Amino acid sequence: MKLSNDLVRHIASLACLGLSEEEVERFSLQLAHILDNVELLGQVDTTGVPPATHIVPLQNVLRADEVSGSYSQADILANAPRLAEKCFKVQTILE
Amino acid sequence: MADKELTRLTIHEAHQLLKQRQISSVELTKAALKRISDVESKVHACLAIVEDGALEEAERADEYMRTAEDVAPLTGIPALIKDVICTRAIRTTCGSRMLEEFVSPYDATVIERLKAQKAIIVGKTNMDEFAMGSSNEHSAFFPTRNPWDLSRVPGGSSGGSAVAVSTGEAVYALGSDTGGSIRQPAGFCSVVGLKPTYGRVSRYGLIAFASSLDQIGPMTRDVTDCALVMNAIAGHDSRDSTSVPHPVPDYTRQLIADIKGLKLGVPREYLVEGTQDEVRAALETAIEKLRELGAEIDREATLPYTKYALAAFHVLAPSEASANLARYDGVKYGFSEADATNVIEATAKTRQFGFGPEVKRRIMLGTYALSAGYHEAHYLKAQKVRTLIKEEFDRAFEEYDALITPTSPTVPFKLGERMDDPMQMYLADVCTLPINIGGVPAISIPAGFAGDLPIGMQIIGRPFGEEQILRIAFAFEQATDWHKRTPEL
Repeated sequence: MKLSNDLVRHIASLACLGLSEEEVERFSLQLAHILDNVELLGQVDTTGVPPATHIVPLQNVLRADEVSGSYSQADILANAPRLAEKCFKVQTILE
Repeated sequence: MADKELTRLTIHEAHQLLKQRQISSVELTKAALKRISDVESKVHACLAIVEDGALEEAERADEYMRTAEDVAPLTGIPALIKDVICTRAIRTTCGSRMLEEFVSPYDATVIERLKAQKAIIVGKTNMDEFAMGSSNEHSAFFPTRNPWDLSRVPGGSSGGSAVAVSTGEAVYALGSDTGGSIRQPAGFCSVVGLKPTYGRVSRYGLIAFASSLDQIGPMTRDVTDCALVMNAIAGHDSRDSTSVPHPVPDYTRQLIADIKGLKLGVPREYLVEGTQDEVRAALETAIEKLRELGAEIDREATLPYTKYALAAFHVLAPSEASANLARYDGVKYGFSEADATNVIEATAKTRQFGFGPEVKRRIMLGTYALSAGYHEAHYLKAQKVRTLIKEEFDRAFEEYDALITPTSPTVPFKLGERMDDPMQMYLADVCTLPINIGGVPAISIPAGFAGDLPIGMQIIGRPFGEEQILRIAFAFEQATDWHKRTPEL
């Protein structure tokens, strides 16, 4: 089996992930191969089985809303690839 | 004491010698740094070494121990940390170009806890990129090599940590485990590796791969050390809402070499097709030893849903990964591609050039499994199968005190052997990933060799039953000497 190249490109666009044509071709085969294995799940009767959302019994973890220390602006900006006037700089999003 | 002997000490041995002033933390740390400079060109286990910082910390630890009345078990002892765990003073790359220059603004909770004991952090270890892989070949920087045979992989994704402990580059290390990433390399390198119960150790500061499966755990030279590191890192943390507020026992308390009357199941589903004869033979010998030690062995144990675990894992883990890795957009930190005309193109290119092939593969799989039209058949189905696997573990532990399996179906494989076939690579974790799905704890301990190649045994326990599996591991270790063998380098 092979996924269509268009489907691979569609998934990549959903993930905002650029792919070369060579990667599209490779993933169309590899993903299909892995998904063939995943098909095995279809054999399991899961009628009435609830989906596992959490593996340990914890519910509604709450904490008091207390003011506490945080990070300095300098700490948080220290890793920024591009800065403009102490702000993260991004590409234009509105023309 | 000679450097060579210093680099073979366990935590508990080093602790005694430090307390008796027979050695100093500076000597111990220098010996580890010397060992690193001697073997690193062969094994490539480390991504960062902080020589000056480590020696300063060691001096401070020595100073402290001169007057302190009570010295904690990890004080003054050098450790290496998998590079998926955030450290303020050292870059945290996660084995990825994406985070090659990243310095975390904070320490992970586990790092705070090690530092509270005045542990010496010597550096960070190599790993598969974003902890996705079973061989360390998916590191964006270089592959780590197995010290038992340099042409073979050390396992992964905590391969660097396993190698560091095995070679004596550090006395112990921390790893992380999403589908076997502590236990499988521990087995491949003949060290002890524990994946705690989900929620036992805080994940705050652990760079997320699959948040419902990830746990941090110890990688050590023996079982006692494993218990000592657990004592340091386990426990509730309000910064990780999935960490569990159960009290933390003293994990050394149950280290008694007596397993008489314990009932151990050997589930046949874990001896999968493709399990090597040498692995079967080593497991047989190990089981016989456990029987001699007084355990009751049941060879008829069965967990039939195990055969669906691999498929469920390869829906659940990539799905969570695709969501977790959405944050790498090149804006706040990390690699960023500037050559683009708009924000979408910039993000897509940042991710195209910042991520390696395995990470892209998992993002693609996860995005597919979560996308409209496939979500129900894949993600929701896998979550239901997860419920069945979890319930099956619950039933098994009504009958058995622990389950015994191989850690991996094979001995360490050759570099390059599985790189072109992702499914073959995924099969390296077939015995370990069901445990993450069930959220239960499991340990891998040295249990034999095929020639010079290590074989690990996995002991699986009840949720929050770490004490019980440590006890079984300890009894086995006391009766064998596999853990005393060291690789010639």
